Amino acid sequence: MHMSDALVSPAVGGAFWAASGWALARSARTVSRDAPDGGVPLTGVLGAFIFAIQMVTFAIPGTGSSGHLGGGLLLALLLGPEGAFLTLASVLVVQALFFADGGLLALGCNLFNMGFIPAFVALPLAGNRRTPGILAAAVASALLGAAAVAFETRLSGITQLPLGAFLLALLPIHLVIGLVEGLATAAVLRFLHKARPELRTPGTRGWRPAALVGLLALVTAGGLSVVASRNPDGLEWAIARVAGREPAPPPDPAHLAAARLQASAPLPDYALKGREPGRAQTSLAGLAGGALTLALVAGAAFALRAFRKAA
Amino acid sequence: MGFRAATFHHFATLDELARGESPVHRLDPRAKVVATLLFVGTVASFSRHQVAALAPFALFPASLAALGGVPATFILRRLVAVLPFVLCLAALNPFLERAPMAVWGGLEVSAGWVAFASILLRFALTVGAAVVLVATTGMDGVTRALERLGAPAAFTRQLAFLHRYAFVLGEEAFRIHRARTLRAFGRRTSPAEFASLASQVLVRAWDRARRVHVAMLSRGFDGRFPERQSLAWRGTDTVFLAGWTLFFAAARAFDLAAAAGHLIPGVRP
Repeated sequence: MHMSDALVSPAVGGAFWAASGWALARSARTVSRDAPDGGVPLTGVLGAFIFAIQMVTFAIPGTGSSGHLGGGLLLALLLGPEGAFLTLASVLVVQALFFADGGLLALGCNLFNMGFIPAFVALPLAGNRRTPGILAAAVASALLGAAAVAFETRLSGITQLPLGAFLLALLPIHLVIGLVEGLATAAVLRFLHKARPELRTPGTRGWRPAALVGLLALVTAGGLSVVASRNPDGLEWAIARVAGREPAPPPDPAHLAAARLQASAPLPDYALKGREPGRAQTSLAGLAGGALTLALVAGAAFALRAFRKAA
Repeated sequence: MGFRAATFHHFATLDELARGESPVHRLDPRAKVVATLLFVGTVASFSRHQVAALAPFALFPASLAALGGVPATFILRRLVAVLPFVLCLAALNPFLERAPMAVWGGLEVSAGWVAFASILLRFALTVGAAVVLVATTGMDGVTRALERLGAPAAFTRQLAFLHRYAFVLGEEAFRIHRARTLRAFGRRTSPAEFASLASQVLVRAWDRARRVHVAMLSRGFDGRFPERQSLAWRGTDTVFLAGWTLFFAAARAFDLAAAAGHLIPGVRP
């Protein structure tokens, strides 16, 4: 599940960019060390394989719907965590750039959810690479990825969906997605071992520092969000209680809006009562101005296009 | 077994657009990549109850698309294709925030609907900017820009390879899909069949990678691609990047849309 820029705040996006960038640099170093001549054709072509195979869909038995292979865990089993993360990162970058599947600011989150989790966190669960282990890893990968999506979205605060409801909506369907992914991965791997028994898959290693970075990213994102959040939140309430006074919200539109929201909140005495006169006109002016701006932009675009055709 | 041919088609069209020729295509890829990242970061930094203030930002993708010859229908089709997830989440907001917040044309609008509009607008802006970036720069340009901006060489090589072989293997997957369709008389693909077909593609890909690797090594590949021409940063690139940075800063600091609104007679408060 690809996250979009529309739902990510700069604090959360930035923190996960940093974490995923670190993992990417580390993976690139490991891969370059293990294959000094570039070893790229294999990872490159396998990335392209994941890409191609995601376009092929199959029927899920017992339902009318169809699914497709995600391929993250398959790559991790074939290439090891570092090679798989590098390859998955390239697939996700191409998806973000070419298909707008996942945003650019959200890229760090997506690399974490769909690259880091299957490659570094879920892979050790596959154990001896028999079907039960692969199923467990695939389900864990899907569930953790979905939970991370919910967590990052909630932390960004662009939607107001409560975390619990979000998880409840995402987790059951991702349990099914994970099972399908696990079964398909195990079947492909079984076939591959029969057809090409000489292809050995590398072992797993080094997941502990990786887990640490994941934790660090979550904590940083949380911290930055609290600092960056301009809406009064739980922490500010707590601070106000401790300090024994209410913090005065700065008079900017976002705060006035938040204050107005709190007029209907369970704690109405912690709110600005009443309405500012002229507020309705201001928002009407804003709306009309927005429409005017968009019309101007469209006009400019048409003029530029005509200019380009004439040139 | 279905094949998502539209995805494949979109991929090819983008590459074709990127091979075009325009003032936007001639800009240094680094300038475009950095400007797009600044754009996305600035748009995301608005609070979720701001709608009109985001409108001036449409100038960036719209003007680049117009000057770069990217058809508006192409961008719109992509927007619609990736909309569902964002739409689902955004559509919940009106139920979660019912407190009235603004009055638009005599109607009281709840905070949830304002957030809904804001999310859809930022979605259109950020997706549009990403599509325009690749349509005027190409994967080749973006890859080289990333490398010069400090991305690990192992990663940019990987990106270049992926882009090159996605077409090759996509066509291979499509051939296998067609061969199966011709023999299946409309029966849907079972997971077991899919696993077998996917493995065939995988084995072929693996063998191809080995052949390519040997061929590259025998031609003296040392882990670096020779560059056809190196990137050259020119005055126009500086002007482009500085100009848009200033514009983003101004549009972030001042509500340009509200200022424009006050110019319209009749809505002045």
